[in-house]
Order: sequence, then structure tokens, then C-alpha cells
Amino acid sequence: MAEIRIENLNKTYGAFTAVRDSGLTVRDGEFFVMLGPSGCGKTTTLRLIAGLEFPSYGRIFLDGEDVTANPGSKRDIAFVFQLFALYPHMNVEKNLSFPLRVQHLPRRVIRDKVAEVANMLRITHLLKSPVGALSSGDRQRVALGRALVREAKAFLMDEPLGALDAEFRDLMCGELRQLHDRVRATTVYVTHDQVEAMSMADRICIMDRGEILQVGSPLEVYARPATRFVAGFIGSPSMNFLPAKGGLPAGADCIEVAGGRVQIPRLIDALPGDQALVGVRPEHLSLSDDGALRGRIFAVEYMGAKQLLTVDTACGRLRLKAGNRVKAAVGDNVGLNFARDSLIVFDAGTGVAVKSALHDQRGQPAGHA
Amino acid sequence: MAAHGNSAASAPSAAPRRLATGAAAAAVIAYALITLIPLLWIFVTGFKSPPDSISYPPKVIYRPTLEGYVNLFTARSRQTREYIDSLGPAATWYDRLARKRNMVITGPSRFAGRYMNSVIIGFGSTFLAVFLGTLAAYGFSRFRVPLKDDLLFFILSTRMMPPIAVAIPIFLMYRKLGLSDTALGMILLYTAVNVSLAVWLLKGFVDEIPREYEEAAIIDGYSRMQAFVKVVLPQMRAGIAATAIFCLIFAWNEYAFALLLTSGEAQTAPPFIPVIIGEGGLDWPAVAAGTTLFLLPIITFTVLLRNQLLRGITFGAIRK
Repeated sequence: MAEIRIENLNKTYGAFTAVRDSGLTVRDGEFFVMLGPSGCGKTTTLRLIAGLEFPSYGRIFLDGEDVTANPGSKRDIAFVFQLFALYPHMNVEKNLSFPLRVQHLPRRVIRDKVAEVANMLRITHLLKSPVGALSSGDRQRVALGRALVREAKAFLMDEPLGALDAEFRDLMCGELRQLHDRVRATTVYVTHDQVEAMSMADRICIMDRGEILQVGSPLEVYARPATRFVAGFIGSPSMNFLPAKGGLPAGADCIEVAGGRVQIPRLIDALPGDQALVGVRPEHLSLSDDGALRGRIFAVEYMGAKQLLTVDTACGRLRLKAGNRVKAAVGDNVGLNFARDSLIVFDAGTGVAVKSALHDQRGQPAGHA
Repeated sequence: MAAHGNSAASAPSAAPRRLATGAAAAAVIAYALITLIPLLWIFVTGFKSPPDSISYPPKVIYRPTLEGYVNLFTARSRQTREYIDSLGPAATWYDRLARKRNMVITGPSRFAGRYMNSVIIGFGSTFLAVFLGTLAAYGFSRFRVPLKDDLLFFILSTRMMPPIAVAIPIFLMYRKLGLSDTALGMILLYTAVNVSLAVWLLKGFVDEIPREYEEAAIIDGYSRMQAFVKVVLPQMRAGIAATAIFCLIFAWNEYAFALLLTSGEAQTAPPFIPVIIGEGGLDWPAVAAGTTLFLLPIITFTVLLRNQLLRGITFGAIRK
């Protein structure tokens, strides 16, 4: 098992930059998820780490060793492909033993290792089946098995659950995390599904347009997103952004939103630009008659434990999560209250979050409703 | 139409549909029979005696004889009855057959040698074309080749005129290079003609194989060449089989170049068979026998590979 470190990684295809100045460290034994919309460069980064592509610039270290110039076959890394890439002309057993056969291990050792992995993944009864006859879940297991059997330095997974149907995905999500807890292998997992990312990751790296925007625990990236993009990408329904007046000095603790004043966590840095955005998650808004902002309910979605309200305000259409007992009907005039400790202020020009008291409360999510 | 018509209309439409299927089958069978009649006639003629083969009206009922095959494989000379009688009893059935027509077998004919030439040149050029084609197709499919499209077009363009159009330059070239009437020359020529077909056909097959398989194999610790051999080649089997048959059929049946460039040593069967001379003209039963034997390898090859071929010709449409 090993630590993966990338420095200054760049990958360009002609005029297109797939990965820009990426640097990050995946810790030994960590379950690291790279999250972002399609085309954000997460898969390219993964393929660069695997040695399936080579960087235009920058370096890759595996366990401290510079492997930038090594081809994939020399990196001792296992890769699970999105569509599994099980060799169709081999049965399950041959697929599992394929990575071992190149190492010229004794036949007995190979058999034992295959049996062990098959047992761990509960596919022993399938060993003699052709891969074409497997269900997608079993294919997934065989693909994982082929990665596990070699005891590689790290596992790279490119949306391995993307090809499964939703019901099965949840199940495999759990299995995958359990498997990781058992094997403790350094894992880099690429997905565009934030639910997968949040539920499995030790740490998440969010990318957009080839750039790494933030690396942090699921809790960190949720509670303290570094940029407006991260804030909007993570969380469902997504964060509300209210235009606000900027030009705040360090130490300010309220901001002007639609003519009213809203309390915010005390700013540590100043906000020089005159346009700002206040980010507030749906669960950090509540109905209150003396709320700072008034609006009219546009839609009510009852979701069992919660209800999701859409409110038209002077700041646009906002969504909020309210308890299922709150009385709300379409057309009602309501006031909105902000959970002060959880608000984030973004520079509207750059989209970067302004450092505030919120960022000081390491590890403690502020005001979870 | 199928969507809403299916369940409601299934009962009344079943009968007409069966009728349509029957008509289609009948048409196919009729077509097959019509195309098979010449082949059947050749096969049948191979077992006729020379007089039967040219009788008019043609004989459908006749005494089958192996004379055609004997004549195909042997050289004979006509002798007087007295001389033949002085030889003592015929040693073998084919001696006896020849002596009935006052002939003595003087040795083997050149047919076996010509046939072997066809085998060597046909299979040799097919192997070379498919081998080169596979590598080229893989390269074109997987790597960034400078001027890829132009190169592919250039390769295809060699097929745009009938090969025989370049017969005279090739004839002169081959004479200069000493390749005239050599098996090597013919193998190179047929390979050159077939390789463009092979590259284009095989590239289609390689394109259909997801790269992930090779990438998985490379990650698993195999070199690219090993990945190609262990993972890509097995999946190209159907494509290679289909391509090989197309190449073999061309090389095997090629007549014009063979006639022009080979006369002795390296002559293939196609220019040889039609000019098997018997007494008083062409020896039709021998020609038919030679043609029958000439058809066998292709038929066998095709039957053996028919499953691969079917999958190959549909160009992976069945593949998941």
C-alpha cells in the first residue's frame, strides 16, 4: 500500500487543457474520491496516475518514488474500469488469475490467491462461468477481484458503479466501503455522483474544468465549500445563492441582502469587490414571521420527514427544507430566517469563499438543522 | 406499427406472415438451385468418360468413371494394341482404365505441382496479408499516426482500379527483378492486392474492441505487445477469419496475373486447369475433375469457419 502524490500535473490535448496545475496527496490507506461534472478532468487525472496517459507537465510519485515516466505495466497499480473490461474470451477464474500469470507465480500460489479473493467477494461458485453470462453486479465483483488479487500498491476506480442500476449501486457502495475497511488499500475513486462520494470517501477532491477546487473530508466540503462551484455542486437540493452588497472589511459580521441586513459569521478576510453572494443551504433557511427576507411560496414538495419549499423572493427563487409539521401552502406570504453560523460569503467576481469564523471551527459543522 | 398492431392483430396476421416466410424461403431455395447447377454440372462431368462429356444432347444418366481424375493426374501416350498386350497385365486400376483406351501411363501430370503452387501462393499470401493487415489495423486504430486519414485513403486507393490495369508495369518489373514465375513473386503480388482489403476490414474490427481491455491488461502488468496478443487477438478471431477467407478467395481464384506472370515453375491451378488437353481437344472430364478439386479447399475453409464468418460479416453487430 502506498501514498500517491501528484505535483503540478498538466495534461493538454492540442488546445484543450484536461488537467491544469493539479497537486494533491492521497494518503496511505485512504479512500479518496475525485468528484466533478463530466469533462472536469477527474478521469484524466486517474489515467495519469495509472500510467495509461502521460502528463504534458508535472510529476507523479508513488510511495515517494517518481513514477512519472513509467508505463502502466510497471507501476503496480490496479484499475477498475467503468465498464469492467472483463476479458470476454476468458472465464471468471482466468480473468482473476490474469494479473498473476504475468508474474510467473507457481500455479498453486495463483490458485490459492484466486480462491481467496473469490471467497472474499462471494463469487466462488462463478469461477468457471464465462463472463458474458454474469449479472452486472457479479461482473462488478469480478472486476474488483481482478484488482484485489494482485495486492497492488493502490486501487484506481473509474466510476465503477456507473453501469449498475440504482438499487444495486447502493448495495455495492456499501460493499465497496466495507471491502476498503477490510483491505485498507489506498483507493482513488472517480465519480460524478456526489451521494456516492459523500457516503464512501475519507476525503473528496472536487474538480471543475481541469482544476482542483477543494480537497477535504465530506463534512468539510459540505459545510465549508471553498468556491461557489463546490458549494453548488455538493448538496441536494443545491445551495441558494443570494446577491449581496460587497465591499466589506475584515471583521464585518453582517451583509446587505436585498436592502435588508443579514448576520453572517465574522469575516476574517476582507471582501474588496462590490458584488458578493451569500450562500445558504436549504436546511439553513427557516420560515419565520419576523424574517429578514420576505417572499411568497411557489411550490411545496412533501418528502416524508421533510418538506421542500420553493419561495419567490426579491433575491430570486430560494429553496428551503422545513420540518414536515410546518404549515405551508402555495401562495402564502412568508418571512425567511437565516441560520447565521452557517452562511458563506462568496466574492461574486472570483467565486471564492471569503474566509470567516466558519472556517475556524475545524471539524464542527456549524448549525446543522 | 408493431407497437400497437402486435397483440391485437397477431391472430389474423399469423397466416399471411407464414405465407410470406414460405415464399421468401422458396425464392432463396430456387436461387440457390440456379446458382448451384453449374457447380453440379462440373462435379458430374468429372465422372463422365470423354465421349459422354461431349455427347449431344448432354447425358444426364451415364456410367460414372474415374477416367477424368486419372487423366487429370497422369501423362499418357497412345500405343498400339500389340504393344499394350506385350506389357503383361495392368498393375493397377488406373493402368487398366488407361489401357482400355489404348493408352499407357507414362508418369504423373503436372496437376499436383500446380495445385501445390496454388496452395503455397494462396495460403502464403493470405497469411501475409492478414498478418500485416492485423498489425497495420491495430496501429491505425490505436495510435496517433501522422497523416492517418491520408494513409488509409492511399491504402484503399490501391483497390480503386482493377489490379490487372497495372499488369504491364508489373510484368516488366517482375522480369527485371527476377520475380517472374516464382512463388515468392506471386505471394508478394497477391499480398499487395489483399493487404488493403485486410487493413480496412480489420481496422473495423479493432475499432469495435474497447481500448479498456488492453488498458486493463497493461495495468495488470502486461506489455502492450503481450496485451495485443493475449487480449486483442482473441477478440479479433471472427474478423481475422472473415478477412482470411476474403483474401484466400481472391488469391486462390486469381487468373489474369497468374496467366501473365507464371508459365512453368510457379504456375497456379487456375491458368493450368482450363487447358488440359486430351485427344482431339480439351479433356473436359479432366478439366471438370480439376475444377472440382480446386473448389474443395475454399469450400472446406468456409464451412470450417462459417460461424466466425457469419459473425465477421455482420461486423460485430451481434456483439454486446
